[in-house]
Amino acid sequence: MFLLSLLGVIVLLAFMASLLVGRSVTALPDLLNLLLESEQGTELLIFQEVRLPRAILGLLIGATLGLSGAAMQGFLRNPLAEPGIIGVSASASFGAVVAFYFGFASLFAFALPLGGMIGAALGVVIVQLLAGRGGSPLSFILAGVAVTSFAAALTSLALNMAQNPFAAMEIMFWMMGSLADRSFDHVWLSAPFMLAGWAILLTTSRALDALTLGEEAAATLGFNLQSVQNRLIIGTALAVGAAASVAGAIGFIGLVVPHILRRFVGNRPGALLPASALGGAALMLIADVAVRLLSPDRELKLGVLTALVGAPFFLYLILRERKRIS
Amino acid sequence: MSELSVHSLSVAYGRRSVLENITLEVGEGEIVGLIGANGSGKTTLLKAIAGLLPVTSGNILFQGRAAAMMEVRERAKYLSYLPQSGTVFWDITVEMVVSLGRLPHHKWRQMPTSADQDAIHAAMLAADVLAFAERPISQLSGGERSRVLLARALASNPAILLADEPTSSLDPGHAIDVMKKLQGLAHSGMSLIVVMHDLTLAARHCDRLVLLHEKKIAADGPPADVLTAENLAAGFGVRAFRQMTEEGAIIVPVDRV
Repeated sequence: MFLLSLLGVIVLLAFMASLLVGRSVTALPDLLNLLLESEQGTELLIFQEVRLPRAILGLLIGATLGLSGAAMQGFLRNPLAEPGIIGVSASASFGAVVAFYFGFASLFAFALPLGGMIGAALGVVIVQLLAGRGGSPLSFILAGVAVTSFAAALTSLALNMAQNPFAAMEIMFWMMGSLADRSFDHVWLSAPFMLAGWAILLTTSRALDALTLGEEAAATLGFNLQSVQNRLIIGTALAVGAAASVAGAIGFIGLVVPHILRRFVGNRPGALLPASALGGAALMLIADVAVRLLSPDRELKLGVLTALVGAPFFLYLILRERKRIS
Repeated sequence: MSELSVHSLSVAYGRRSVLENITLEVGEGEIVGLIGANGSGKTTLLKAIAGLLPVTSGNILFQGRAAAMMEVRERAKYLSYLPQSGTVFWDITVEMVVSLGRLPHHKWRQMPTSADQDAIHAAMLAADVLAFAERPISQLSGGERSRVLLARALASNPAILLADEPTSSLDPGHAIDVMKKLQGLAHSGMSLIVVMHDLTLAARHCDRLVLLHEKKIAADGPPADVLTAENLAAGFGVRAFRQMTEEGAIIVPVDRV
């Protein structure tokens, strides 16, 4: 409980920081003044239309990645699993790229996230069909790998065939993952799917605890593992599909956050779910503040930063783990 | 009425039949040793009774009620299954492992009650693991670990315990300890089926032995009646030194027949 409160406070502070930092840094008293005065100034407009949706998306997407990463690691009993493992991120990217490629994205602004969601849904239906019933984790990992590779290949094909270098560039930039220039429309479009996904994922908490003893023991403890797997796939698809559709691919948060927090919840996979959701939100918000502070002019893409910091940090965690074991 | 009845049970993996026409009764407070060569279907029979495998035909009844009609959760309160491989995937504490045994009794998100605490404590006491309740599972020896998993299986207060080779990784002293514990549980009313390879240990601690051979029950009865030279030759393909003592049968396999 102490851990959850602590993480909650960190999320709150990071959320505030995200509201205050932009191309210019607003001091907290100024922001309060801004909110209390009813004048419709430029600053208020920036705050309402730019920073607030950005901070809300950071919170929701970070929590989505942390929660689904923890659920996936618990289900597969593998600390190297991440939310994209079921192919949903890659197929969401492909869906968005299709929207770019055929010019829908320039017709209406929603085409990108919509394309992403359709892509994620298709990807997950294919994974579910391939993984089949009586689902063993292995068959679903393989199905996820197959869908991921195929979606990545189709994305490359789209880049390869792009009519002009600018289109290819735009696709590349989008795929790097970012929260810049997102509006409340993006929030309204993605938030319901993410919240529904969270609700579904949180129902697996006790089954994940039981799976600590292996599949057979979990089944004889009264858990229907087929249902657990279905909930995990659908919950992840809804939440991560929506997240990737509005923000592109943001890696390592779903992998690293559960890894860091696991020891603080006594390694219990069920207890890790809420902790990891809060941790993911905090890390995402902090990273998104960092990209704005590090390069205010030509903004560093969020996905690039998380990978730059996340990959070496993850390597360090693995090396430390190895030292502990030997 | 028997605690557990298996009637003309057949199980197949795909088209390959593994068990045919198995009929078996286990009474309240009875400890039954399930013996047989590798691949004779011992584990398959336990899994079928535990509801982990679909049965081709036949019935399984718990206290006269058809297992197929019971909800998985209801069955979980009634029966505990101790798998052969005692893997614990995350490094949680001993007490956490044991408390997982209470999951069948919990509703969603319900906090542990004092009844849960009592059951967890009693299970840890029975399996003699209280001394290291706070230790992470990774820091235990093989013998301590298998006792912890036994405590987990006991924490749900099951009427029936199915244990797959609970003594296989233990030294002789700890193997005797575990068998005495299982016997003690039977005395307090639990019904047990225990898969075993150590025939002397099985003969000494089980009320009855059931020998599986070629998909069927080849013998079922008191240990001395089951462990005959003919049955050992047929069931295991071995010639054995056999001596009946006051403390039970001593069976030492000597050579292939």
